[in-house]
Amino acid sequence: MTSPTTPNTPPKNHGQATLADGPVFETKIEQVGEHEMILNMGPQHPSTHGVLRVVLKLDGEVITEAVPDVGYLHRGLEKLSENRTYPMNIVLSDRNDYLSAMNNNWAFCLAVEKLLKVEIPSRAEFIRVIVGELNRIASHMVFYGTYGIDLGAFTPFLYSFGRDREEILDLFEEICGARITYNFIRVGGVMLDAPEGWIERVKAFVDRMAPRLVEYDKLLTLNPIFIDRNLGIGRLPAEKALALGLTGPNLRASGPALDLRKDHPYSVYKEFHFDVPVGKGGGDCYDRFMVRRQEITESLKIVRQACEKIPSGPVMGKVGRVYRPPAGEVFAQLEAPRGWLGSYLVSDGTERPYRHHIRAPSFINLQALSDLVKGLKVADTVAVLGSLDFVLGEVDR
Amino acid sequence: MTSGFDILHGLRRHKIVGGELFLTTVDFFVDWGRKSSIWPLTFGLACCAIEMMASFASKFDFDRMGVFPRPTPRQADLLIISGTVVKKMAPAVERLYQEMPSPRFVVSMGACSNCGGPYYDSYSVAKGVDKIIPVDVYIPGCPPRPEALYTAVQTLQEKIDAYWDAGKQILKPVPPSEEALKKINEAAISARGS
Repeated sequence: MTSPTTPNTPPKNHGQATLADGPVFETKIEQVGEHEMILNMGPQHPSTHGVLRVVLKLDGEVITEAVPDVGYLHRGLEKLSENRTYPMNIVLSDRNDYLSAMNNNWAFCLAVEKLLKVEIPSRAEFIRVIVGELNRIASHMVFYGTYGIDLGAFTPFLYSFGRDREEILDLFEEICGARITYNFIRVGGVMLDAPEGWIERVKAFVDRMAPRLVEYDKLLTLNPIFIDRNLGIGRLPAEKALALGLTGPNLRASGPALDLRKDHPYSVYKEFHFDVPVGKGGGDCYDRFMVRRQEITESLKIVRQACEKIPSGPVMGKVGRVYRPPAGEVFAQLEAPRGWLGSYLVSDGTERPYRHHIRAPSFINLQALSDLVKGLKVADTVAVLGSLDFVLGEVDR
Repeated sequence: MTSGFDILHGLRRHKIVGGELFLTTVDFFVDWGRKSSIWPLTFGLACCAIEMMASFASKFDFDRMGVFPRPTPRQADLLIISGTVVKKMAPAVERLYQEMPSPRFVVSMGACSNCGGPYYDSYSVAKGVDKIIPVDVYIPGCPPRPEALYTAVQTLQEKIDAYWDAGKQILKPVPPSEEALKKINEAAISARGS
């Protein structure tokens, strides 16, 4: 069975697009059996959450092989870093994982601060924790909404994405002026102090959110169709997850309670009490969903504690406008909403990094996809893709 | 340019027994339907796609303008290029555009798809989507707010209105002058003579 347009055929040029003359990367998957079919998914597909392409080999409706094809959003971030000064690089880090830009700012600044050995004022650390955790909640709300859409429930999206996430974005807009790309956490502290009354408004938001989470559970978590679509689908054992290098909620859903905020506390995370939710159902899609859902509760706890303990004082350490970190290499990582986000920097003593590498959790979590969808039906691919919750900006960089 | 929201300017009302009769041209009526139901393709590229999703969600609610996302290019009128177009993605973007039925419109959302944006010196990024497909409306910003996308939709509606205005002039031609008639007659006579 050969269809006239197999997915491996590159699109026709039509004599207009000169940009299409670049290299064409073919995904190596071959049709063997008589009843086998190759199905192309993406790069434009509503449930691949961006521009991921997956080539599926089907036997009837059962998937026998799945090969992800990444790079449709490769923007050359690491190479560009070598052309930018350190403060300019924070702008690029915003656009790496655009659902949690605060955490990306933070990861880059952690590495540079390690090189510069600069002391961060206590108030700045607390503001960082507040905005970082709020961004984690916003990111998980996007997951909650879009995962519902993937599995056929449109309404939760309107609550989490349209109502509650917008409230967090309003808070961010107040403190730094941007909705998505913040450039707020700077080397040595944060851009500005919180405006008057902002901490109270954050507290009010946390109070508002608690009853709304009950609403969330009624809408989606306890929905029988949603549970049926999730329970037992895409099981990932803990050993396998560790071997693949998975981190973040995807790993915790399989059992191990590895969280950098607990195990290697950076910033002021030592001062807060919170639990690390883990999955108890063997690492299926429902576990991955539940871990994120519970993390919203835990993050709200941290934000509340941080709002109560926040000291007064300066928000910027002693860093000059132009700085040249001493030569050397450094690696710093933190717990981003999608896992361990690391920043590896090599400095040669100039104002630009010599080499910048990003340990992107989404890219490494995506490795589990091929193993997870094997033996599942086509419709379950959407559930597995959604439950891994990757951001293509971070996968391709 | 006519207003994007005044639907009555192309209609003629006649009072008849028992109610009102509206007379209009097919051109106006089709374009009125076209501008009131611009269906974009569910196609997100990068950060701007999140703002595009926010536009479709409850706070900004583009449904009230008839903007409702469709998942397949066969049903879409509008292609919102929401994010960085890299060289690997460029053929796919062009293919999506070719798959859409005419009339089709393109909105370039954000700095990346306008000109490369923060990746102006990247080796893998296409510096502007207008190098691949024609663009109707450009929105500046990195990423533009949902309000900016709202303005883009309004601009597009005005553009569709302008199509009708152009058609109206063809439908109601100015009668030719006597000199022009003379010339036409002369040309006809000379053509018959040869």
